[in-house]
Formats: sequence, structure tokens, C-alpha cells
Amino acid sequence: MKALRQGKLVGPVIGFLWLFVIVTTVAVMMSFITGAAFRPGLIGTLIVGMGLGLAAFKVTNKWALIGGGALATFALMLVGLGPVLTGEGVTFTHKVLTALFVGIGAGWPLGAMLGGHPMGEMNRHEFEGVVISFLTGFGYVFFTAIVIIPFYVMVMTSFKSQQALLQNPLDFTLDLSKGWGLFRSYQELFTDFGFGSYLWTSFFISVVTVFVTLLFSVPGAYAVARLRFKGAAAFSRSILLIYMVPMIVVALPIYIVFSMTGLRNSLFGLILIYPVTTIPVSLYMLQGYFRGLPAEVEEAGLMDGLSRLAVIWKITLPLSLPALASVSLYVFMIAWNEFLLAFMLLDDPSKFTLTRGVASLNSSEVPRQHLMAGAVIATLPIMVLFLGLEKFMTKGLTAGSVKG
Amino acid sequence: MTTAVPPKGTGPLAKREARLAWGLLFPTIFSVAMVIILPLLSIFWISFKPVQLADLRPPIPVVRESVKGKPEAAGDTATIEYRLSNRSQDAIIEGVTLKDEWPVGVTVTGEMPEACEQTGTTFYCDFGTIDPKYNERFRIDVEVGQEYFDWGGDPKDSEPVVTGKADFVLTNAQFTLENFKRVFDGSEFWSVFGVTLAYTVFGTIGAIVVGLFAALLLNHEFRGQGILRGLYLFPYVAPVIAVAFTWVTLFDPTSGSANELLIRMGVTDEGINFFGQKPLALIMVIVFEVWRYFPLSFLFILARLQAIDTDMYEAADMDGASPFQKFWYLSMPMLLGILSVVFLLRFIWTFNKFDDIFLLTGGNAGTRTLTVNVYEQAFAVSNIGAGAAVAVIVFGCLLIFSIFFFKFISREEGL
Repeated sequence: MKALRQGKLVGPVIGFLWLFVIVTTVAVMMSFITGAAFRPGLIGTLIVGMGLGLAAFKVTNKWALIGGGALATFALMLVGLGPVLTGEGVTFTHKVLTALFVGIGAGWPLGAMLGGHPMGEMNRHEFEGVVISFLTGFGYVFFTAIVIIPFYVMVMTSFKSQQALLQNPLDFTLDLSKGWGLFRSYQELFTDFGFGSYLWTSFFISVVTVFVTLLFSVPGAYAVARLRFKGAAAFSRSILLIYMVPMIVVALPIYIVFSMTGLRNSLFGLILIYPVTTIPVSLYMLQGYFRGLPAEVEEAGLMDGLSRLAVIWKITLPLSLPALASVSLYVFMIAWNEFLLAFMLLDDPSKFTLTRGVASLNSSEVPRQHLMAGAVIATLPIMVLFLGLEKFMTKGLTAGSVKG
Repeated sequence: MTTAVPPKGTGPLAKREARLAWGLLFPTIFSVAMVIILPLLSIFWISFKPVQLADLRPPIPVVRESVKGKPEAAGDTATIEYRLSNRSQDAIIEGVTLKDEWPVGVTVTGEMPEACEQTGTTFYCDFGTIDPKYNERFRIDVEVGQEYFDWGGDPKDSEPVVTGKADFVLTNAQFTLENFKRVFDGSEFWSVFGVTLAYTVFGTIGAIVVGLFAALLLNHEFRGQGILRGLYLFPYVAPVIAVAFTWVTLFDPTSGSANELLIRMGVTDEGINFFGQKPLALIMVIVFEVWRYFPLSFLFILARLQAIDTDMYEAADMDGASPFQKFWYLSMPMLLGILSVVFLLRFIWTFNKFDDIFLLTGGNAGTRTLTVNVYEQAFAVSNIGAGAAVAVIVFGCLLIFSIFFFKFISREEGL
């Protein structure tokens, strides 16, 4: 092990591995942007990677590393041995851009990983530091790529025409000359497929669900958190068990009862069910928060002659607004994203929720870009809400183990 | 002098508090009992019933009324026709009666059907039991008197009312073991069970390992940390329907970008049917599961990591521990509790998962799990009873899991 911890050895290996990561990323990125063929080339990656890995020990100026990496990449690309091999239809500008991206992506991080370490024997700390910084860099690239690519494909596909999609599924360049014509799929969804009403239905149902959930779970959570009664502990435990019930098992009898009573195909039916699926989560999250509030304030209220309900309304609730916001957001998200019950209980297109509406687009008669446009419409509101109120949302997601 | 002893039992105040508590909890308990517990129990009943999807609408007698002839003056005649039918192919309907309000001044001139009688303006028939596929017309010739024209109302205002009760399969005393026999029949059940286990175990472990990696990445302050944390939560926050269809589009065998990319990179010659061939579809579904749920374990683990006291790491630094040693000997033991909690929770939820596989493959190409099988049996094969039988099996597995849950988790997290 000790013999392997030589800077001379570690540098080139890390350099090669890192360059391979970067080259693959750049090739995928360039393919997705231009639609032309880019692929990693092993020989070029080996040459440039090992070179940069060695140079990073000596060259402290990161610009020199970046420039050197880019130039070497470009020169090798010209003789056909580049770290990124290009196919037909790749313009000169694209090649220059590719070399530049490889240079930046390889030179800078490699300088940070290896710079300042000895060429000769490294001690254990230095060696592990290099490995960890390599893994960290790889992690950032990997996670960002796997998260962004599907969403990128979703958004870009919705802007394409059927013909363009079949011709080259990789070409996501936007034809900006079409102007508003880019949004044709969206326009058709709203005019011909009734997505305006789906959007409204989903919003309405989600908001009602949030209100009913809070109405039911706030008193319950208060009781569990503050009042002493036999069975309190057993109750707060078993409420968690509701998490474990698979929705499909419950949905079957509900489907039967709703079919017999005519509640199927009615939004009222959904509103009967949705809050109950979120009440246990909400109750569990809120009782955790209520326990953390100082009981003295409430006792003062009781001493001054307020009833218990008035105490909840006038003291506990104003104090727990942040928790209420988290819970509301979380419940809204569950109701907005709910698919199974909407799918089973709604058949009438005039009553679809958004998720049910998107599901109805998944047929061979509806072109793909419409399906993706529907997916974007379903995702966008929840994303805006999430990004705007991320702090509350993450709290909601972490607090009181979350429903999957 | 008497010595003071603490009061025994529950006093009136404690009783009042307990009453209030149960009162506040009542809405929750009631709604959960109605929507979750009751359906859960009814699954057992249904699983022993020979019930098909078509049986859900109990057969009812159907009647159509029509009037022939247009009386214009007193003394004119008309014919009232009732057409009674039983649309069911195999169920008899018992106690069929028909009741209709006639306008005033209508008298029967022709023959009255055997089962019927007229009292005042009320026309009433008792047909008794009607057979399956029963379809009969009853014609009654009537004469219209002057009173009818004086009345001047619309005779169509009163609709005939029919009653009748068919034997409803869900409520009768007929039971069968056929459903369970069907479910356990052949090798299919064990392959479904195997797929479920593979999906659950690998999906859970994958999501936790990837989530742990992501949490370690973000466990130090740097610019853009908040943005990255938000970004990494995207897969979980987006609606499952949107991301599942995106994956299907992305990995489409003929027009998917992923295949096009692989072809251009020279990895493969022709499109790979990612979600359509046997071992690959299951792997893809597991990959999707890991992709979609790593954010959840990442959040939990990150929260725990940030709660670890930094003193410990400083002490370790003084003792000369290397970064990997610090991770392995300090972070990991601290994380074990939360990891086991996340593992159990995710295990159960993955086991319960229906939407993801249903949307990605519809349970085809060797990806049918138990929950998808519930849907397949009940709706695709239209055998509700068999679906319920699978649901009972799912429920049984979950009971076992929840025992584990309470044995281990409640100790770990003090829930």
C-alpha cells in the first residue's frame, strides 16, 4: 500500500480517472446540446489525463493548467486522437468549445486536487485527501448530471415537433425563429385537452386537502403533545403504522364502495379520501413541534381564563406558524402529486386532476411532446413552490419521518 | 391526626383532560377508521368472495314508459306501455314492483296485466321474481276523461318507480377459496414474490448508499450548497407521473435520446429496449427507484450528520486519524441509528410502491411486484376477489415488517 502512495503514481491515475469523468460529461453535454456525435476517446484521455495529473504537482497557476489542457485536447482532436472523438456534422466552433470545456473541467479541479502535494511519497493523510477530493468532484458531476438530464429532456422535448423528434432524438437545439410557435404543444394542451380545468381542479383539491388536514390534525396533535391521557403513547406510535399501509390495498375497497355509491368520478369523493392519507403524517409532524413549544405560555393563558380551544387558537397556532407552513407545503405536494387514487377513481375527462390528465396523454395517438408538455405543466407549479419556500419544504420533508 | 397520602386513581380533573383529549382526537380517529382501517379489514372479506369487476353493479330492474296516441278530447283512447327488463345475464331479481302516478281522469278500458292494479291515480304492479335476460312489454289501453283536460298538467312528470333486490355477491353468504388458489397457482406467484424482494432490497440499499454519498458531499459549507441541495431534491419533489414518463421517453427503444446517445458513442449498434426485456427492465426500474428516492435518505442522513458534534472530529485530528478513519470510526457509528431507521422505512415503502413500476412498465417484462399484481388481478383480469387475495398477502408481509419496525425503530428513535 505504501509503495502505491507515490505522487508520481497517484497523480497520473487520478488525472486519467478525472479526465475520463470530464470527457464523458462533455461528450454527453455536447451531444445533448448540438445533436451531433461526440464520444470519449480512450487514448487521448490517457495522454492528456496523465499529463495534467503530473503537471498539477508543479504548475500552481490554474490558468496554465486550463490552457494547457484545452490546447492539448484540441491538438489531439485535430490528429484524430482526441480525448473527445467527434463524428459527422461537428463544426469547428463545436470542436473549439469541446476542447475549452475539457480544459476548464480538467485543469482547474485537478490543480485543486493535486496541487501542493509531493511528487514523491505521500503520507496517508495526503493520499486520502486526494482520493476524497476526487470522489467529491466526481459526486458533484455525477449527481448534477443525473438530476438535470431527465428534466432537461422533459422540457426540451416539449418544445420540439414530432418530425424533429423522430429525425434526431438527440437534437435539442431550439429553433428560436419559430417564436411563440415553440409553445405549440402547451397551447394545444390548454385549448384541446382541457388542461386549464385540470390545473384548476388539482389546485382546488390540493388546497382543500391542506385545509381539511390541518383542521383535523391540529387538535389531534395538540392532544397528543400536551394532554395527559391513557393511551397517548400507544396512539402516537400507532399513528405511524398508518404510514405502512400500502395505498393500493386500501384503494381496492374504496373503489368498490365508490362504484356502488356513485362517488366514483366525483371530486367530492377524492376530497373525502385525500386528507385522510395526509392527516397521520401531519399529526405526527405537528405534535413533534408542539412538544417543543414552552408549556408555560399556554398555562398563563389557561390561568387568565381561556378555554383549551381558545389557547390552541390564540397561543399555540400563532407560535407554530413555521411548522404549519412546512406541513401545509408538504401536504400540498402530496395531494398535487397523487396519482393512484385519481387514476382509479376518475374516468370522466371533465373531472380529471392534473396527474390523471397527464396519464391520459400516454397513448400512441398523442405525440410525445404533448406528454412532455403535460409533465412540465404538472411539475412547474410544485417546483416554483419548492424553490421559493425551500427552507420550509426541506423542514417538512425531514421532520417526522416522511411518507414515501 | 391523619397522615397525608397521595390521591389514588384518576381524579375528576384528569378525567376531564382525558375526555377533552379523546374529543380532540376523535375527528382523526374517525376519519382514519373509515378510510384506512375499514377498507383494510374489508379486504379480508372480499378475498374470500367470488367477485368480478362486472359484479360491482348489482343488477336492478329497468323500466321504460311510453304513451302511444295523443288524446285531444274527452273520450279519446291511448295506450300506456311499460317495458320491464333485467339486463343481467345470470342473476335473478326478487321482489320486483312498479309504481307510477297517473294523471286524474284516466280509466283502464282494456285488459289489465295480471300483476297490476289501479287504486285512484296510483298504478301498482307486483311482478315477484324476474329471471335473467327478462324483457317484457305491458300494454294498457286507457280512456281519457274530461278531468284530465281540466287538470292540464304534463303526464310525463311522474316517472315510474321500480324496486327489486338481486342477490349481491359481496353481501351474500357465498364464500370461496378459489381466489387464493388462483394466486398461488403455478410458478407465477413465486416469480412475482422474487421480483418484489429484488426490487425492494436493491431499491432500498441503492437509495441509501447513493443518499449517503450525496449527504457526505454536501456536509460542509460552501457557496452554492443551498442550490445544490435544492437541485438534488428535484427527483423526489416532482410528480411521479412526470418523471416516470420522462424516463420512458428518454429510454424509448426507437426514439429515445439515451439510445441515440449510446449509438452515437458506439456503445451499441441498435436501440436497447430498456423497459421491455427481461432482466434489464427490472434493473431499470430499480435504478429509477434509487434515482427518485435517494433525496429522501440524503435529507435524513444530512440532518443527522450536521447534528454530530465537531469536538469529536477535532479530538480525532489531534490523535492523527486520517479522513477515511474519521469517516469509518466516527461518522458511521453515529449514523448507524438513522441508517437503520431509513432502511426499515424505505424497505416498507418500496415494498408498497405501486405507481413507479405501473407507470414505467405496467408490470410487464418481469417487473410485476405484489402491489402491481393487486391491480393486474383486480382490473386487468377483472377479478376483484383475486386482487383482494393478493392484497391480503401484501398486508400479511407488512404485518411482519411492522413488528420489526416496532422492535427496532422505536428503540432507535424513541418514537
